[in-house]
Amino acid sequence: MKILKLFIIIIILITNFTKGNSNESKDNLVNKISKNIRCLICQGQSIYDSQSDFSISMRLVIKKKLEEGLTEKEIYDFLKDKYGQWITYEPEFNKKTFILWIMPILLFIIGGAILFNRLFVKKY
Amino acid sequence: MKNKILLISLILFICFCLVVLFKGLNNSNVYIPETTNKIIKEFKSRSLFSDDEISSEKILVNSDYYILNIWASWCGPCRKEHPKLMELSKNPSVKIIGINYRDNLKNAKNFVKKFGNPYSVIFVDTNGIISIELGAYGVPETIIVNKDKKIIKKFIGYLDDKSFKELNSILK
Amino acid sequence: MLANQIGYYSLILGLISSIIIIPISLKNYPHNNETIDRKIFSLSFFQFFFVLVSFIGLVFSFINSDFGNETVYNNSHTTKPLFYKISGTWGNHEGSLLLWLLVLTFFIFLFLVKSKSQPKKYRILTLLFQQTIIIGFFIFVLKTSNPFNYLFPTPKEGMGLNPILQDPALAIHPPILYLGFVGSSVIFSSSLAAVVQGYISKSWANHIKIWILISWFFLTIGILLGSIWAYYELGWGGFWFWDPVENVSLMPWLSLTALLHCILVLEKKTILTSWTIILSISTFVLSVSGTFLVRSGILNSVHTFANDPERGLFILFFLFFLIFLALIVFFMFHKNGNHETVKINFLSKETSILINNWFMMYFLSVVLIGTLYPIFLEVLTNEKISVGPPFYNKLILPFLVPFLIFMTFVPYLKWIKSEFNKIKIDIILLFILSFIVSILLFKQFGFESLMISILIPFTFYLFLITAKDLLSKNKKNFSQKVSHFGFSFLVLSILLNSIFSSEIIINLKEGERFSFQGGTITFHSLEENNGKNYKSIIGNFEIYDDKNQSIKLMPELRIYNQPSIVTSEADIKTTLFYDKFLVMNSVKNNEYFNVRYQVKSFMIWIWISTLILALGGFLSFTKRLYEK
Repeated sequence: MKILKLFIIIIILITNFTKGNSNESKDNLVNKISKNIRCLICQGQSIYDSQSDFSISMRLVIKKKLEEGLTEKEIYDFLKDKYGQWITYEPEFNKKTFILWIMPILLFIIGGAILFNRLFVKKY
Repeated sequence: MKNKILLISLILFICFCLVVLFKGLNNSNVYIPETTNKIIKEFKSRSLFSDDEISSEKILVNSDYYILNIWASWCGPCRKEHPKLMELSKNPSVKIIGINYRDNLKNAKNFVKKFGNPYSVIFVDTNGIISIELGAYGVPETIIVNKDKKIIKKFIGYLDDKSFKELNSILK
Repeated sequence: MLANQIGYYSLILGLISSIIIIPISLKNYPHNNETIDRKIFSLSFFQFFFVLVSFIGLVFSFINSDFGNETVYNNSHTTKPLFYKISGTWGNHEGSLLLWLLVLTFFIFLFLVKSKSQPKKYRILTLLFQQTIIIGFFIFVLKTSNPFNYLFPTPKEGMGLNPILQDPALAIHPPILYLGFVGSSVIFSSSLAAVVQGYISKSWANHIKIWILISWFFLTIGILLGSIWAYYELGWGGFWFWDPVENVSLMPWLSLTALLHCILVLEKKTILTSWTIILSISTFVLSVSGTFLVRSGILNSVHTFANDPERGLFILFFLFFLIFLALIVFFMFHKNGNHETVKINFLSKETSILINNWFMMYFLSVVLIGTLYPIFLEVLTNEKISVGPPFYNKLILPFLVPFLIFMTFVPYLKWIKSEFNKIKIDIILLFILSFIVSILLFKQFGFESLMISILIPFTFYLFLITAKDLLSKNKKNFSQKVSHFGFSFLVLSILLNSIFSSEIIINLKEGERFSFQGGTITFHSLEENNGKNYKSIIGNFEIYDDKNQSIKLMPELRIYNQPSIVTSEADIKTTLFYDKFLVMNSVKNNEYFNVRYQVKSFMIWIWISTLILALGGFLSFTKRLYEK
């Protein structure tokens, strides 16, 4: 069957690439956090992407804080305390931002209701 | 009837968006993080002119106000505001503390030699970590700190005439 | 100099033609014969012709490095290679607006020529609506963004074009992208015209479908080119960052995809008429809002156009003028007709399309709200927040799961009753297959995130189902099968890429070597070279893997003179299974280099699958053309 052939091809594909997973988990964590932090002197880049002075210093600070034993969340809180919410790419869920998170889902539910009405409610 | 209500609410909503976007256009894009009333934590580093390590705890004593100025020899605006700092250093009740940001030591020393040293002490911040702990993100930045080590005011960018006036009025 | 004058006056002539069209069309409108006055054809041709001449005038100014022209002065340099001098024409604000006009006028002319079988009044109305857009842009260009401003005395050298923009993918990205979202202007104008005429019907849908396909195809390829450029040029190995500029191109695409599905329904049955009109309007409105968001300086993004609040103001008011116009036309002329009373059978194509639209609109709302909310929050509460990848991932990924599931059977709802017994075995088999694959993957590599673990089996399942459909003997709806396969392949490639890619970031000096699990990186040497308008420093690296096979990678640092910028060019070795990506950056005051080595799995399949996705649209288009 054609689909079996396709399946075999996929299995071959998957077992064929290198893993290359670096096990330096602390460095990985620095990278992970850096991708979520905005470079304040750049135009729309994270401190992971940017090579500016600020970004390089920030990555060092994050590494230092991780070595001091802070958790990921504590580091985000530390940075937000210093620089405000604008520095993280993930908006908080609080009084001012709950609309941001809730509105799309609300719209989805309303859309679903309209759909349900259209499809299942008898019209005369 | 239902259509009319829908139309009117749509128009109102669109007008609201228009007004918001219009106002948004006029907003400046410079970001100033909210830092007043934060207390400075201790920071340590070597001094520019000697290898000794100095601590901020030992420096931030005996004055009512301290001015922390983050600068670098490669920074053009720092050069521009330098004369104002020189003028400020003549005021005996004000202690100006320099934080040399991500700089080459030789260039930094030459900068102060050539243009004058308004600083009572200069901390060396080669990797920029001290500045980040102070909530700064670029050069130059000037922070006014009171005797309780609380941040009173932060100036981002070089001190133009208006900011300089404001700085002086705070110091009175 | 001459090119500059010709360009400017040609633009004025274009504006004059576009204004003259209006009274002549209005005069021709009430006549009962079905042919459009030849004058209107000629005028719309001249309108396009003058804009074309103007555009060519600007191109020549760039080629000749006429720095007396302010736009050329700001964006070019004598040492720029010819190809990039030419593409520099549209790589700036003024030139790109000229491109807007070019596409706007070209499309309406093409529309008039190709719609001879359509009712005359509808065609004239489409022209009139399009003219309001065209005249708006003419005024915008001539008043605030004139590409032909003259500088005196003539500077000897230009300010240069950002070297990051000197890339082949980026050079053709704007024209292709514009054919997409500027092309949707015709859809906007024609749907408003159809509303006024009460012409929202099967034959209108049949006729407008080609335009939707054209716009959709170019928009898809345009977005693809932008991502390819970001991947190869920006050096971080990513291809999508949810930057406002990217979002702004994605939103019309989502709306257009929903519209494309809707029009397939409207072709056969006169239902969903209001919704189709709303989608037609919103696609173009989103395009213009996008233009507003990225050119006015209201958002902070990687976009390189000079931001000017005065221009932003004009586009803002023009945008809302268009929105109000569309609203008024819709509420005044649209008759609800009979669609309210037609019941939609649940097991039908209409249901499939509605479910697709439901999800598309959800994804659209996520991107729209994510992009606009920071602006609203800042104006209303003075608080600045950033909305980036974590937000979009959290809101989109969970909904992707049901969307993928629906895609596996919803396109076949109509036939489910009759074919269910036949295909039951196949479905169950494929489902089991996908789970086995997922479990194998999970055991070998482990998954960080629960979300991704859930997505994998369903993505695989959809992939297998769409592949099976594509290969089946039944050639009905072939273009749809191609596109759906392309889409499932795209989702799968992106998923696998995000799970299996890896990276190492280290500081290395010339001659040093670094060992990691899986191999070593050796920094052999540095070479210096001189390129046409830059000095280059090339790093010779060799990467050994654990089987002692090695590849050589040579990333480059380019030091440009005009403007004074240092760029980092990654070296990428591409195979079918992965891209090996090496980028180096100099560290200030240091002989060390910051070296970033990434293995990006299945990267090339992301590009190929998008091409397959677009191919489906192209096939549908050629099929229609062939049928005619």
